[in-house]
Amino acid sequence: MSNAISRAFISLGNKVTSRIWRLGFASRFFLAIFLSSGTAFRRIHLTIREIYFTGVLSLIIILVSGLFVGMVLGLQGYDTLQRYGSSEALGVLVSLSLVRELGPVVSALLFASRAGSAITAEIGLMKATEQLSAMEMMAVDPIARVVAPRFWGGVVAMPLLAALFSAMGIFGGYLVGVQLIGVDEGSFWSQMQASVDFREDIMNGVIKSFVFGVIVSWVAVFEGYDADPTAEGVSGATTRTVVTSSLAILAADFVLTAFRFRGA
Amino acid sequence: MSQESLVEIRNLNFSYDSRPILTGINIKIPRGKVVAIMGSSGCGKTTTLRLIGGQLKPTSGEVLVNGKVVHDLDSSGLYNLRRRMGMLFQFGALFTDMSVFDNVAFQMREHTDLPEAVIRDLVLMKLHAVGLRGAHNLMPAELSGGMARRVALARAIALDPMLIMYDEPFAGLDPISLSIVGELIRKLNDALGASSIVVTHDVQESLKIVDYVYFVSEGKIVAEGTAEEMKHSTAPYVHQFVWGEADGPVPFHYPSRTSYGEELMESAVRRV
Amino acid sequence: MSRTTLDLWVGFFVAIGLAALLFLALKVGNLTTSSSGETYAIQAKFDNIGGLKPRAAIKSAGVVVGRVSDIRFDAKDYMAVVTMQVDGRFQFPKDTFATINTSGLLGEQYIGFEVGGDTEMLKPGGVIKKTQSAVVLEKLISQFMYSKAADDTEKK
Repeated sequence: MSNAISRAFISLGNKVTSRIWRLGFASRFFLAIFLSSGTAFRRIHLTIREIYFTGVLSLIIILVSGLFVGMVLGLQGYDTLQRYGSSEALGVLVSLSLVRELGPVVSALLFASRAGSAITAEIGLMKATEQLSAMEMMAVDPIARVVAPRFWGGVVAMPLLAALFSAMGIFGGYLVGVQLIGVDEGSFWSQMQASVDFREDIMNGVIKSFVFGVIVSWVAVFEGYDADPTAEGVSGATTRTVVTSSLAILAADFVLTAFRFRGA
Repeated sequence: MSQESLVEIRNLNFSYDSRPILTGINIKIPRGKVVAIMGSSGCGKTTTLRLIGGQLKPTSGEVLVNGKVVHDLDSSGLYNLRRRMGMLFQFGALFTDMSVFDNVAFQMREHTDLPEAVIRDLVLMKLHAVGLRGAHNLMPAELSGGMARRVALARAIALDPMLIMYDEPFAGLDPISLSIVGELIRKLNDALGASSIVVTHDVQESLKIVDYVYFVSEGKIVAEGTAEEMKHSTAPYVHQFVWGEADGPVPFHYPSRTSYGEELMESAVRRV
Repeated sequence: MSRTTLDLWVGFFVAIGLAALLFLALKVGNLTTSSSGETYAIQAKFDNIGGLKPRAAIKSAGVVVGRVSDIRFDAKDYMAVVTMQVDGRFQFPKDTFATINTSGLLGEQYIGFEVGGDTEMLKPGGVIKKTQSAVVLEKLISQFMYSKAADDTEKK
């Protein structure tokens, strides 16, 4: 009995230490990416290629989801607002919820599952098939040549995707609210402009999406680089990328939002 | 420091997390020769290659390549050394997102400022040497195993290295590809004036092409000699290995704490 | 995919991403109205600011001329001190009357400037003397109820 308890404690302790070890390794890896980012900027086409894979290929999913989220917001928002007789405030509701929260968060979650998992799987497979090792033996640093461009590609793509998501969502809210339900078009836009502040709301959203871009890209390249070089290892790492980065996005969102309201 | 040896391994010990992999290894690779390191799977052959390439650090002892201690070099020194080494990985390790041409051109583009026209000539020359000039537009996924191995070979010799390392170059190849790769190893070594290390467990094929053989078992060198000597060796381990016998000094059974009889008894007792 | 088509796609992506950002900034946000050039600060004291918040609009004749930048509580006279950033293009007379209004019945609160006739203008850092507090809806309703009740008792 006591044996079983002590064994449980030992395994718990081992898990904790291995998590901390991984966190330390991930931080060191983060630093290494920065130190060897020279190549990613000097040979910009390497990074452009990754922007294509992470950004352009995520366009469809981001635009379509943005449109639908905006349309749902339009319907739900109208339903709630008209009870208080203030359905003209629909534009405010749709735009503020998109620009501040839904745009950065939902697009980051989609980005993690669409692009983040792809990055992890690609780097993990390169490791499993010894391509990273081969690169090292050819005197090319895989962090500079493979990891850093993917990281920066994700960091550049994420804020743009979030902006597109928000813009598309507002358009969706406009379609439902103004075109379908018949909220006054003038007050839809003017109330929106009167209450959405560029610095407080829009820049805040952009900063959020930038931070989320760093988080997702970091988690994705790290999990890929750290994956066990086997088929199970790579698939496990891909799952971990989606889970870890989603949790990290939501936690970081809380922290960033709390900062914003503390300042207000 | 002897000048006739390109690679010299002295008293090398290596262990993973206190589990010894290699103990007291001494190997010399003379310039211009093809040397094989043979042994059964998992005996530490690939580890030896990684130690020479500086991807691992020895626990004790030293590895000298071209007169330099590999594990004492800083990263730029190590990268300079690696530019003069070529390595063929077990399954080729071609970059799957690049065409055959770009794979071979990879190192030239990374390490030289050669104009694209010159790179094109060089790449086609390397591919011609392995007989795959016509395949330069294909992607690695479109190649057979043997072709992929040859492309990887062309990539390994892209910068005319002084040392070429082969990690299991014969694994999983059909007999025709097998002899093609075998011949290429010999031919390229002589044409480039390089030295080669072949890590393999394919005895018959490698004995045809190599000059000297080291046998490794359980992290130790158990026999060495020229290919001819090995074929006629009477040392029990070498004999078992060369002739591929199922049982001998390398036992058929994985070591077990108890004998099979005892284990049967135990399970019978437990059932009662 | 060849490099040029790839570059084209990435260029297209970056362009529409920036366009979306521009759309958010100009069409959705108030970049055009809020940060156009210089502003100057003036202060006003209110007995009760109701639900006024920082960043609330300051309107004169219905046009936004500035924003509330800070709201403090003055412990000496128990009043709210509101600091406002007013657009540098506009000057207001010294006897400007600041009221806290509500847009619609339940809408956001804003400060309205009713311009007086003084020839002297408010200087940066100046203080508006004449203010009217926010209309607190609950007070209004209870006043109405009491007066109604008083009316009723008088009739009896």
